[in-house]
Amino acid sequence: MTDRAIRVQNLRKQYPGRDKPVDAVNGLDLDVAVGECFGLLGPNGAGKTTTVEILEGLNEPTSGEVEVLGRNWRQHATEIRERIGVTLQETRFPEKQTVLEVLSLFRSFYRHGLEPAEVIARVSLDAKANSYVEQLSGGQQQRLAVAVSLVGDPELLFLDEPTTGLDPQSRRQLWDVIRDLHNRGRTTVLTTHYMDEAERLCDRVAIVDHGKVIALGSPAELIARLGGEHIVEFAVGGDAPALDAAVFGAIPSVLDARAEADGYALTVGEPHLAIPALLDLLEVENRPLARLTTRQVSLEDVFVALTGRHLREADESNGAAREKPKRGRRGRAGAGRG
Amino acid sequence: MVAWTSFKALYLSRLREFYRQPARIFWVYGFPMIMAVSLGLAFQNRLPDPTQVDLVANDASKPVEAALKAYESRAASAKKPGLVLKISPLETALTRLKTGKTPLVVEPLAAGPSYHFDPTRPEAIAAKKAIDDILQEDAGRVNPLKTAEVEITEPGSRYIDFLIPGLIGLNALGGGMWGIGFLIVNFRIGKLLKCFMATPMPRRNFLLAIMASRLTFLAPDLAVLLGLGVFGFGMPIRGSLLLVIVLDVVGSLAFAGIGLLIAARANSTEAVTGLMNMVMLPMWLLSGVFFSSERFPAAIQPVVRALPLTQLISALRMVILEGAGVAAVLPALGILAAWAVVAFGIALRIFKWT
Repeated sequence: MTDRAIRVQNLRKQYPGRDKPVDAVNGLDLDVAVGECFGLLGPNGAGKTTTVEILEGLNEPTSGEVEVLGRNWRQHATEIRERIGVTLQETRFPEKQTVLEVLSLFRSFYRHGLEPAEVIARVSLDAKANSYVEQLSGGQQQRLAVAVSLVGDPELLFLDEPTTGLDPQSRRQLWDVIRDLHNRGRTTVLTTHYMDEAERLCDRVAIVDHGKVIALGSPAELIARLGGEHIVEFAVGGDAPALDAAVFGAIPSVLDARAEADGYALTVGEPHLAIPALLDLLEVENRPLARLTTRQVSLEDVFVALTGRHLREADESNGAAREKPKRGRRGRAGAGRG
Repeated sequence: MVAWTSFKALYLSRLREFYRQPARIFWVYGFPMIMAVSLGLAFQNRLPDPTQVDLVANDASKPVEAALKAYESRAASAKKPGLVLKISPLETALTRLKTGKTPLVVEPLAAGPSYHFDPTRPEAIAAKKAIDDILQEDAGRVNPLKTAEVEITEPGSRYIDFLIPGLIGLNALGGGMWGIGFLIVNFRIGKLLKCFMATPMPRRNFLLAIMASRLTFLAPDLAVLLGLGVFGFGMPIRGSLLLVIVLDVVGSLAFAGIGLLIAARANSTEAVTGLMNMVMLPMWLLSGVFFSSERFPAAIQPVVRALPLTQLISALRMVILEGAGVAAVLPALGILAAWAVVAFGIALRIFKWT
């Protein structure tokens, strides 16, 4: 058996578009090792879902090579399906069936698998085992969807945006399920556009934009590539014309400076050197400081550094075709990690 | 083994999903019953309507009035339809005629009664004929030919007898559209179809389970309507019950095929509802559920007869009401089977699984 769970080479997927064909996936390469929790990150419309659907055998590539668990879809479809689990975005299960019944139904599709009751316990739905699907909350339904993908005891699990639209508590519960799988040595492929989720869960992530992998590595590696470990965000008051971000690039220990919608963001190696210098500079320029926060560099910053866009902006430019709840990550920025 | 485990699980899951929804049970079983009962009562065979006639009040009207009154009392004692006689001045009577409130105005003149009526209205002609006979016989006409009248009021020729097979057919149509077409599109919208396809469960089992549950629901469906007809209205089943069941099953398979066809690519409720209407509306109108489809012009008869619902309903009527055997309904079975095969063939070819 190979120690690679997934191998993808030069994957392309073209859809017929209104004016010209649209390349949803455009020459994507991927290697996922057995036992790894691998994250596919990127804004909506970046090609994550298309890529994952091709890996799941639910979509056909236009060209490129795809190997899943050492097999290919053309020859071994049923065999692969026996060994993978799939959680799609927002599946609606029959509403008048109980959780236990839905899981027993899906269990019947696999030759080997887990007891439905065991899977229910794993996703902590014990109390709801005999409730109808329609009585479950959004988070519970999402955990049921994960349970459904676990019931065949898969070696490889795909989770497509498992926490989109969930409340913080439900997100944490799902993260626990995913960590538990990781501890059991299963391979997980997770797509998300929440950078914090990927940082917490994934061994390695691939950042995908415009159908290509634009960066690959562990979250720590990717963050390290920015050079600095801290982000200083601030805004200035007064009516004077906006300052050019390049002015701040000269401050000691500042590695990168950029203008944001409502202020500036500096990538900084050593905040204790940079912040006093920044305050001096603003005083010389006679610009009062309106806001100042510092935090650790996140994958979001990696994305911004690579594409010049925020995930949210990318959502807005690409997301017209796919409507999804858009959640900013501003809230997390102030979570006091800086 | 595993192949049939998933079929069984899917089948049972469909049954559970159905019986746990009382609203669905009402629309599938209750509503047709209510429709049958109310239409059956509304169109119960009664005495024909009495003949309506307006008599102009003038100098010569007395003898005419006497003749009509005499007829009325005779009709009443013989339990036959009588007259609705209204006596009014000429002006009023003619206005009532023009506005359609009466089909016939009799104006007694010295030379004899004069009839005012619209010759394009069948009930006006019938009224004129009936009144003329009464007045001629009163004046002493003797019919040269002796005729006899044989009246038929047997079960089997009433409206309810006609209606029950129509409703059985309608339910088979509705089952195929809602129970297959709408259901599958909902699975697709809810990504459940995709979720199923990501598992090793064979597609064949999914389709077979849906078909099997559809045919299962047919049993109470047929039992309820036939039971209502037989026990509630004394409808006869003159042919073989087995043949009735076979027809309903083959018909349901044809509609299941059409249901699968409309579900093949639709991915929104709007799209599938539109397609369902496109399929159901012509059949509701043309296939003779509520009145005989033979009344439509000859020019569209080939279309009417090609519709699966027309074939199913007319074959059911032949078996139930006329006692027809297999040979007589073989063409209908053939047409229904052809619909099933062609619809399934196309549907499976173009079906969008993911």
